[in-house]
Amino acid sequence: MSTKKRAIWVFGDYRNYFQNRVTLQLLSRAMDLAAKIDAEVCAVVFGNKVDEWVGEYIAHGADKVYLADHPRLAAYSMETYTLLMERLVRHEKPEIILVGATTFGREFASRVAKRLGTGLTADCIGLDIDPEGLLLQRAPSFGGNLVAEIVTPERRPQMATVRPGTFQEIPHDYNRTGKVVKVPLPKSLPADRVRLLCSERSPQREQKLEDAKVVVCGGRGLGSKKKFAKLFELAELLCGEVGATRPVVYADWAEHDALVGQAGKQIRPQILLSFGISGAIQHTAACNDAKFIIAVNKNPNAAMMKRADVAIVADASQICNALIQELKRRIR
Amino acid sequence: MVKMVVCIKQVPMVSELPWDPATGTLQRDLAEGMMNPACRSALDAALRIKETAGGEITAITMGPPMAEEVLREAIALGADRGILLTDRKMAGADTSVTSHTLARAIEKACQGFDLVLCGCSTSDSETAQVGPQLAEELDIPGVAYVDEIELSRGAVRMRRISDHFLETLEMDLPGIVTVTTGHYAPRHVPLGGLQAAFTGAQIDSLDAEAVGLDPEWIGAKGSATKIRNVFSPTAGKKNIVLTGAPKRIVEQLFDLFDDKIGGAIGKDLKTDKNSK
Repeated sequence: MSTKKRAIWVFGDYRNYFQNRVTLQLLSRAMDLAAKIDAEVCAVVFGNKVDEWVGEYIAHGADKVYLADHPRLAAYSMETYTLLMERLVRHEKPEIILVGATTFGREFASRVAKRLGTGLTADCIGLDIDPEGLLLQRAPSFGGNLVAEIVTPERRPQMATVRPGTFQEIPHDYNRTGKVVKVPLPKSLPADRVRLLCSERSPQREQKLEDAKVVVCGGRGLGSKKKFAKLFELAELLCGEVGATRPVVYADWAEHDALVGQAGKQIRPQILLSFGISGAIQHTAACNDAKFIIAVNKNPNAAMMKRADVAIVADASQICNALIQELKRRIR
Repeated sequence: MVKMVVCIKQVPMVSELPWDPATGTLQRDLAEGMMNPACRSALDAALRIKETAGGEITAITMGPPMAEEVLREAIALGADRGILLTDRKMAGADTSVTSHTLARAIEKACQGFDLVLCGCSTSDSETAQVGPQLAEELDIPGVAYVDEIELSRGAVRMRRISDHFLETLEMDLPGIVTVTTGHYAPRHVPLGGLQAAFTGAQIDSLDAEAVGLDPEWIGAKGSATKIRNVFSPTAGKKNIVLTGAPKRIVEQLFDLFDDKIGGAIGKDLKTDKNSK
């Protein structure tokens, strides 16, 4: 079917499919990269009775799915999964492997890279193909204040992990077709040296703020608890969540759960609206992953204004109210 | 009696640091150093095992000569000895080469170890890769992101949260764990410990030759990944500045970015200009 020699693989991390779309996001990015190096996009799925995910991955961009389906693979097993992946990579020689930076994915990718003797870049915030055809891996560096562009010039495959929410998935298309390649288990698998005694779903922690696409964040510059409260109305219109700085939490304008900062939540919204926040490092470090920042402050020289995409020099509360009015007019 | 090795990294105390634009690496010699927080938790986990089951703790670090400070701190807290891996040739190592260096040194200087403990990640680079790669290098079982650990008859039991799952695991020894900051709190240095750290402490310094490292697998030279460029993520931003009356500003904002904002919330925010 496919005559393409090169391949970009995405590890199928389906364990929290409905909360965690990172595999779909990586398939989407892999499609863009594959077009630049004439490669096919493959998903790799290990598990038991996992046909459902195979179909999902094809619908979201995989040209091919390598599938190892066996009762022995029912629970995520670091040792067995690593062994299978290593064998498969040595046999098929993909050019690039992308893994979601979940707890499992980070450890899994580290081990696979080590066994294959290749490089691995953690937590990429951007992936591209450079003029020589190498995978350009952009990763936050030195506490997130800088971005490093990293390449793996000689060894293969080129490997990277990517945090959930970094790329956008494409809408599913159940008419897409893909090839499924069954991967047999080796005749004898060594016994696991790590045994899973008990696994239960942890009580679902509310992660609304961390996962929100839009975050409306307020600081002392809003002026009062009453004015801060207007942020909730704005956030609701924007289907977003409300965050707060430390002084605001201390002043009891907001709950501690809303704290965005070193001692609170890390956020990664597509759009961050920042109202009356000067931008102490403890706060801005937690906003590094925000894709697009709109900051409002009377002081144009505030750190938050300097790092914003749009810096609005005005009274934060007045802009909040004007935005609410304008959104009500536009959303019909 | 359990023979434990705790891998410790000295990290810069502040997040904003000078870096060398030529090599793209951090100018660590200019920074105040401290023990990486997760490494402190790993040390604390080891100290608790030592207190209950008896044991011996070797603290090991790779870094510039000043990294000896974190070994002295570890000894002050209760570790028995320290090993400092320091050599200019080791500089610029990626995680794969770092784990290789640590593994060879552990094999050489900590023979017969039962348990290796590392911090799950470091505050300066946050890759979380060295621990798992060390497990591969030493060919021993390993578990990452461990919250709590206890010994039980030749094996260890651990609890952790892995992607929304609360897991209890058991691992054969020798093995390796990487520890989170969730359960183990940093402890204070006892006064007697300070004295131990600066009088009777045994700290061995090893260079690449003493460890017996292959010159092809050290430092930046042996690393598969190369840093090509380092830049400030805010440098390329346009930073559009809007001023004026609030109503006018908001109109401008939507004129420019209605697609962007609408896209993020899944709503069409375009408005028919004539209806204004």
